[in-house]
Amino acid sequence: LKTFKIGGIHPGDNKISAQQPIEVVPIPQTVYIPVSQHLGTPAKPIVEKGAIVRTGQLIAKGDGFISANVHSSVSGKVQKVDEVVDYSGYRRLSIVIDTDGDDWLETIDRSQELKKECTLEPKEIVDKINEMGIVGMGGATFPSHVKLNIPQGKKAEYLLINGVECEPYLTSDHQLMLEKGREIMVGITILMKGLNVTKAMIGIENNKKDAIQLMTSLAAEFQGISVHALKVKYPQGAEKQLIKSLLNREVPSGKLPIEVGCVVHNVGTAFAVYEAIQKNKPLFERIVTVTGKSIKKPSNLLARVGTSINDLIAMTGGLPEDTGKIVSGGPMMGRALSNGDAPITKGTSGILVMPEKESKRKTTMNCIRCGSCVTICPMGLEPYLLAKLSENQSWEEAESEHILDCMECGSCQYTCPSGRPLLDHLRVGKSNVSQIIRTRKN
Amino acid sequence: MNLITVSGSPHIHGDQTVKKIMWGVVFAMLPAMLVSIWYFGIGAITTTAIAVASCLAAEYLMKRFLLNEDPDVSDGSAVITGMLLSFNVPSSLPWWQTVLGSIFAIGVAKIAFGGLGKNLFNPALVGRIFLLVSFPVNMTSWPVPLSNRWVLVDALTGPTPLGQLKEGLANGETLSALKMHLPSYQDMFMGQIGGSLGEVSAVAILLGGLYMLYRGIITWHIPTAYLLSVAAFTGILYWIDPTRFIDPMFHLLAGGLMLGAFFMATDMVTSPMTYKGMLVFGVGCGVLTVCIRNWGAYPEGVSFAIIIMNAFVPLINKGFKPKRFGEVANG
Repeated sequence: LKTFKIGGIHPGDNKISAQQPIEVVPIPQTVYIPVSQHLGTPAKPIVEKGAIVRTGQLIAKGDGFISANVHSSVSGKVQKVDEVVDYSGYRRLSIVIDTDGDDWLETIDRSQELKKECTLEPKEIVDKINEMGIVGMGGATFPSHVKLNIPQGKKAEYLLINGVECEPYLTSDHQLMLEKGREIMVGITILMKGLNVTKAMIGIENNKKDAIQLMTSLAAEFQGISVHALKVKYPQGAEKQLIKSLLNREVPSGKLPIEVGCVVHNVGTAFAVYEAIQKNKPLFERIVTVTGKSIKKPSNLLARVGTSINDLIAMTGGLPEDTGKIVSGGPMMGRALSNGDAPITKGTSGILVMPEKESKRKTTMNCIRCGSCVTICPMGLEPYLLAKLSENQSWEEAESEHILDCMECGSCQYTCPSGRPLLDHLRVGKSNVSQIIRTRKN
Repeated sequence: MNLITVSGSPHIHGDQTVKKIMWGVVFAMLPAMLVSIWYFGIGAITTTAIAVASCLAAEYLMKRFLLNEDPDVSDGSAVITGMLLSFNVPSSLPWWQTVLGSIFAIGVAKIAFGGLGKNLFNPALVGRIFLLVSFPVNMTSWPVPLSNRWVLVDALTGPTPLGQLKEGLANGETLSALKMHLPSYQDMFMGQIGGSLGEVSAVAILLGGLYMLYRGIITWHIPTAYLLSVAAFTGILYWIDPTRFIDPMFHLLAGGLMLGAFFMATDMVTSPMTYKGMLVFGVGCGVLTVCIRNWGAYPEGVSFAIIIMNAFVPLINKGFKPKRFGEVANG
């Protein structure tokens, strides 16, 4: 089986919510919709307090090249447009809507019928994806239309579809493939048309054999799509690692996948693209895995953007007694929350509730120079050295040791036998080095 | 609800810990220790016990009163130093010399640098070299295996194979004549030869080495590079002039090479961080060992070779970087 070559780790799978059918979360009384649910400039609200909105209506418009539209996930009345604490722990501008029924825009096709044909031209596809507010659903939330605009002088050769889901615990992509495989395939053909490529490859890790089998049989019905089982290894779902695994091509340091002729999209994004193009449905709901060792009923839930994390946890039997940590995302790259009040967004792939005894970090000991962090770093960096340089505030040296190549996958800290907070130091180093580079440019 | 923790990712952690690594090494040393007790009896037991106890005591006291740290010694690193030091001395070494060696190993080679993980040189080897230059007579009197094992009298002493070789050649004996008196390879493999108490049995050390490889405590790079470079170098010499240089097999089984290659050159703290660096380090150890054995003043060169290469580790770490992902010529 194929996989990437440098580094990587094998954390315990813990996919306890696997094969749980997708359940719909009831629409809450109030939704909190942040205008920044994507990488880039926040969207600009276009509704005011007191406005009546319908489900799927545009409520904030993308601002600038890297930005995305935001749509209402419910129908009702805008209670306020104000700052609300989001999953990052910061106060961010959000549109708060008091729900009143669920009145969808009539342009949205709500039938479950599969619509295979797409008559739109490539340019129209990209524009519509932009209009519908589609962002990367794997967690990075990069606006999807930007990835489809190929820069001058570059050519896309392959569309790669990420069905790896290498984060432990998370199963939302897995379940989506099982239940919406055909729709994903159609979404892929639309993306292929938008990119003007003839070949698409779907990468799925070998711990999801049922999904590999299903997707392989479905792919036979479509031109140019192939499915590839990959050896289980974290962080295979990282864009550069996935390209390496599937095509054995290496994206040069500091460059984008298009440099080696690839564009990578998540299976969730492919599904969102299907709904946007074929059903006229903007991105305002998504599949979220809610899981954890003490959660009564680990589940894969379909929830409207803006529903509070507490509401999702309630669906799985409530917050367990022994809860010590709530994480938005997976255990390797997810973000710990201070409470469950924050709303889910377009990028929330999972909610992980960790028991008290697993929530605390280990005591830190001296580095014993075992070299594990160097061996497992998938970018071929030396985390122990970068962490030390960062601690000593030697930013220039950290830059020349390529600290910006770090994608914060956390493998080094996971592996460190001394329990050292390597990634904490690396993050500090990265932000300082980026700062320096920005000032240098100005 | 309880208070919840907010911390940066990752939120899960692998199960490898410093304690597990260190106690794993201790476990891997048990076969060699049992063999040493079989061959050298009570001397092996007391020397090992004294070395471990003094290392633990030295570490505890110095951590507490010199470093002002939590004087926890349960990580096992001082136990390793103690065991390795005892493995590197004759079982007949006077007890107070063992104590001095232990204090020197922990105090000068480890605590003076800042404690666990910060030392440049392997503490046990520094302790051994300190003893060798301070008490050369006691450090080169080797009890004969299986003799007077359980009585507390001065043991019979005899030479080590390497000592026999060096002295013989210096006295102008021919290699073929010398070979008649050298122990058989089978004895050298099993350990029925004179030597430091933990180095004699190649098979016991190999057993421990394989265990550490299996547990992922060490990787193959350093031992393989070390042993192969010794075999290759001595092989070339043997091929050039078999009347002056003994065959590679003898060199592999004699002296502290096996112990050094598996237990001392592989010390994480004092060896390089990358696989490439480890290979360079191993070859350096091998070349130096052969040079010292053949042309140096001492019959054995493993400790010196490793200590010298320890000094090169920071340089090796700078010079042999891992291959970066997406590395390009001008990137």
